[in-house]
Amino acid sequence: MKIRIKNIFTHIILIFICLLSLIPFLWLLSTALKGRSENIFAYPPVFIPKDFTFDNFKEVLKLVPIIRYVINSFIVAASTVVLNVILSALAAYPLARMEFKGKKIAFFAILATIMVPFQTIMLPIYIITLKLHLIDSYSITAGYLGMIMPFAVNAFGIFLLRQAFLTIPKEIEESAVIDGCNSFQIFFKLLLPMIKPSVALLAIFTFIGSWGEFLWPSIVLTNEKLFTLPVGINNLSSAFSSDYRLVAAGSIVSIIPIVIFFLALQKYFISGSTEGAVKG
Amino acid sequence: MDLKKNIGAYLFLLPAFIVLLVFFFIPFFQTIWLSFFSYSKDIYSPDFIFLNNYIELIKSPLFLKTIFNTFYFLILCVPFLVIFPLFLAILINQNIKCKNIYKIIIYLPVIISIVVVAIAFKWLYAPSGLLNFFIEKMGFNSIGWLSDPKISMISVAIVTIFKGVGYYMMIYLSALMSVPKELYEAAEVDGATGFKKHMLVTIPHIMPMIALVSTISSISALKVFVEIYVMTRGGPLDSTKTIVYYIYEKAFENLDLGLASAGAVILLFIVMGFSILNIFVFEKDKYKV
Repeated sequence: MKIRIKNIFTHIILIFICLLSLIPFLWLLSTALKGRSENIFAYPPVFIPKDFTFDNFKEVLKLVPIIRYVINSFIVAASTVVLNVILSALAAYPLARMEFKGKKIAFFAILATIMVPFQTIMLPIYIITLKLHLIDSYSITAGYLGMIMPFAVNAFGIFLLRQAFLTIPKEIEESAVIDGCNSFQIFFKLLLPMIKPSVALLAIFTFIGSWGEFLWPSIVLTNEKLFTLPVGINNLSSAFSSDYRLVAAGSIVSIIPIVIFFLALQKYFISGSTEGAVKG
Repeated sequence: MDLKKNIGAYLFLLPAFIVLLVFFFIPFFQTIWLSFFSYSKDIYSPDFIFLNNYIELIKSPLFLKTIFNTFYFLILCVPFLVIFPLFLAILINQNIKCKNIYKIIIYLPVIISIVVVAIAFKWLYAPSGLLNFFIEKMGFNSIGWLSDPKISMISVAIVTIFKGVGYYMMIYLSALMSVPKELYEAAEVDGATGFKKHMLVTIPHIMPMIALVSTISSISALKVFVEIYVMTRGGPLDSTKTIVYYIYEKAFENLDLGLASAGAVILLFIVMGFSILNIFVFEKDKYKV
């Protein structure tokens, strides 16, 4: 009986916290569903819209190319994921498994990158991106590449996959060497399939990170055709600041894809395997 | 054979190193290099002034204010982000129903773009918005969440905390899984229950994780930008202007590349203290050669 009461207490706290986590978004949704005739500043506030309508959604989709933003965000995030997985796995393998000259230097060079936040070097990165012509004023492809390349690989990914390679018993590799496989065959056919769970973790967290990234795209983008969701929604919020119904509708539309992605892959987020993906 | 082995390793490392060279190492040294030049007269022919940008920054009341603001923000967020997610993780880690639903909902703000979270809060913070309604309902005067310079930074910190709680809760949850059940049983035999049990067993056991969460939440607090950019643009009266915001403004709005870079180098030194602690103390197993 005592345990029951304690559990009820726990549930009450957790339900309260869950409500707090949802209220900002629910209030946005409520505002987005209110029609023109309804005062969105009503006192006291009205949660269930009286003049219930989807017009704000229709209008914002007509005024702002949100679907285009979604496609752009997807292109950037998916490419960033593919590059991260390939480059991190390639670099992680020798760091975990091979002995070579300069291994320590390579290791500490990569480790050093963790200590330097992107924000402190973004200005020269921008200058270099301009010099490499990876800007949307040259071409659409260049614009995408400019958004993707600075995030194509990072130390967290390399170390995450290195940890995974380290857990594979050496004997497996040794028997493959005896069978006459070379390093590349061992890597692609044998080891890479064995670290799939870590690759999945890296892919998912890179996707979420890239999807939400605002600072860098807002610096490099000039062409509205290439706006990603965060940049587009921020732009929308300043352009329509006088009409919060539209801002709210646009914001709600923009979170639908990532929420679906999250719910579909939720087991990766809540299984407790996130520890490896800790970022500084 | 030896040479062949070396070349193989280098080929594997090469693609990642090219990217890191172009988008990390060169920009890193360029930041330091640029910080020695003055761009204020002519952006195309900067003057070499060595450390004068640093001297100017240290003398600048605005820059000192951004340093103060950044640490004020850190102090507002970090204790909350270290303690509250741990409390939640301990609650959820019990043998209760609907565990996963709670985890999913509390994690939701983590995956939603900070831009949307900031827009949602801007709406809650509106002068006649939802939050002020509740404040007035409780009998207080309405608050200028984003317009009162005394309050604005707290309002920004609330957004950061809101977005971060789920993330740190998951880190704690994975740490809690590693606490051996026998320890709890032993504590129960000794008569410890509930709160005391956690103070005796859980906290000491996951101390390294608490330390890690402290440093990573500090590092991300020092880098705060988007919440501020979307909600206040550093205002009112520079009350939410942080170091990164200052760097951004100098670099991309005033085109004063020298001052921006000097500010960046100073931020780099501040962040590095925390990172070194992380890498060589709290996470040293992960980063062993």
